[in-house]
Amino acid sequence: MSEQAKRQKTLRIGSGAAWWGDRVEPAGLNAEQGELDYLCFETMAEATVSAAQVRARRDPGFAGYDTYLDDRMRAVLPGCMRQGTKIISNQGWINPQGAAERIVELLRELGISGVKVAAVGGSLITERVLALAPTIMENGQPTATLKDTLISAEAYMGAEPIVQALREGAQIVVTGRVADPSLFLAPMMHEFGWDALDHEKLGAGNGIGHLMECGAQVTGGYFSDPGLKDVPDPWNFAFPIAEVEPDGSVVISKVAGSGGAVTLQTVKEQMLYEVHDPANYLTPDVVVDFTQSKLEQIAPDRVRVTGLTGKPRTPTLKVSMGCTEGFIGEDMFFYAGPGALRRAQLARKILEERFKIVKLEAEDLRIDFLGLNAIHGAATPPDAPEPYEVAVRVAARTKTREQALKVGREVDGMAVSGVAHTGKRVPHQERTREVIGVWSSLVPREQVQAQIVHFTS
Amino acid sequence: MSTQKVRLEQVAHTRSGDKGNTSNIAVFAYEPELYPLLREQLTAERFKAFHREAITGEVLRYEAGNIHALNFVAHGALGGGVSRSLALDNYGKALSAAILGFEIEVPEALLPRLRQRQPA
Repeated sequence: MSEQAKRQKTLRIGSGAAWWGDRVEPAGLNAEQGELDYLCFETMAEATVSAAQVRARRDPGFAGYDTYLDDRMRAVLPGCMRQGTKIISNQGWINPQGAAERIVELLRELGISGVKVAAVGGSLITERVLALAPTIMENGQPTATLKDTLISAEAYMGAEPIVQALREGAQIVVTGRVADPSLFLAPMMHEFGWDALDHEKLGAGNGIGHLMECGAQVTGGYFSDPGLKDVPDPWNFAFPIAEVEPDGSVVISKVAGSGGAVTLQTVKEQMLYEVHDPANYLTPDVVVDFTQSKLEQIAPDRVRVTGLTGKPRTPTLKVSMGCTEGFIGEDMFFYAGPGALRRAQLARKILEERFKIVKLEAEDLRIDFLGLNAIHGAATPPDAPEPYEVAVRVAARTKTREQALKVGREVDGMAVSGVAHTGKRVPHQERTREVIGVWSSLVPREQVQAQIVHFTS
Repeated sequence: MSTQKVRLEQVAHTRSGDKGNTSNIAVFAYEPELYPLLREQLTAERFKAFHREAITGEVLRYEAGNIHALNFVAHGALGGGVSRSLALDNYGKALSAAILGFEIEVPEALLPRLRQRQPA
């Protein structure tokens, strides 16, 4: 338990990113105008770490942390450090220490000295995972079957090591793999003195973290459906702010004057986003229960959520394993005007026959018609109207690069040996890529030890 | 009492999320009074049948009555998962749009509760 006096007033936590490719500008807005106690960045989707590991193998100069770290930190460091806003970020990816050192350099460049930056590592367990984790969750096979293809394995750590770093005086904490909602729970545990085994408070805190982790998805950023669900100024979305009370209730809000909206609908949609059983949402810290919560619109762009709770945490942590799984070849070409779909259908037939002739060995093959059935496939209504233009998209997953290259070669052949009025694909497109498959497993939580290293600007 | 068939988009809004090869599609009634219609008519079996072969595995349905929502967990809906899928929408982000075309029988008394798509 923290020795500091427990905070009794509202804690303001802002979001700085929902994923690696997210916009930077709303993080700056939150840093400058959010009057925040904490600003938290989520930059690691499920496949981000594996992609980083692949890049690190090919490019020894790759730093191993968020490639937008400089942009993000330059946008927020001046405002945050001036106002005493602490920063929690998982931009460390596979090199949190390197990320912390880079943040220290950036602070010095900005003339900000004496800031304590902590790196939280320990999530990478590639060398040990096959011994620790017996079974692949998705297919029930032994993890040993991944022995020859495994690139990296990371356990999802919880909030505790971040809380420890804050307790040790860090103003900026940069981590490797930490579960997304835990980034937001950590400041609540630290400031309110919540115990790591208080599952009701932690359930509320990680529930709030879940509402925040996807940035603008709760402020209308993933909501507009013109005529049915409209939000104002959708070119100017703000990232959310959680105004958390010591009892675990919260108001979700955003900076005044920004675009988007915080409504009962936007909050509900985010509440169940990527959740399976709403009464049992598993996180490293706690099992969250969303089914007792109450939502209330208390003012424009202010939704109060009460009744978030939780159940005791599981003895295991989830681990994500990235594995090489062959290649994907993919290409596209186009038809338009009267009869476009008929020509596209003939092109598909030609390609199917060509793939037999060149003996394409595909694990999976799709030939889609963009503009007709490419998104919903079999769920497309059978009476969908004939489109004026159609793109034919061909994609195959194969064991070897040589097999994947056949997709592009056969599409090239369609340029002069195909169907009338064939529009050619976009030139110079990357048509063949390596596949990094992601598998999951569980490891005993005591086998994952966080390592915390402190730096000062 | 007579009823009228309307598309789900007038009754509920939806959002999908991904985990591995599993998609979850949450369906939220616009009004509390419309939620019982979803519970009765939008069963897991009908949800799966509506998507035909686009969902290969089991569909589970969870209820979140506190926010007037159903959550459908569709196994085998993402072509193997984000990184290995050949699907154009490999995260299944657009999956939540398909079910908006599902037809719901709405009693006449509840018709004023429906959303109408406003003209541009």
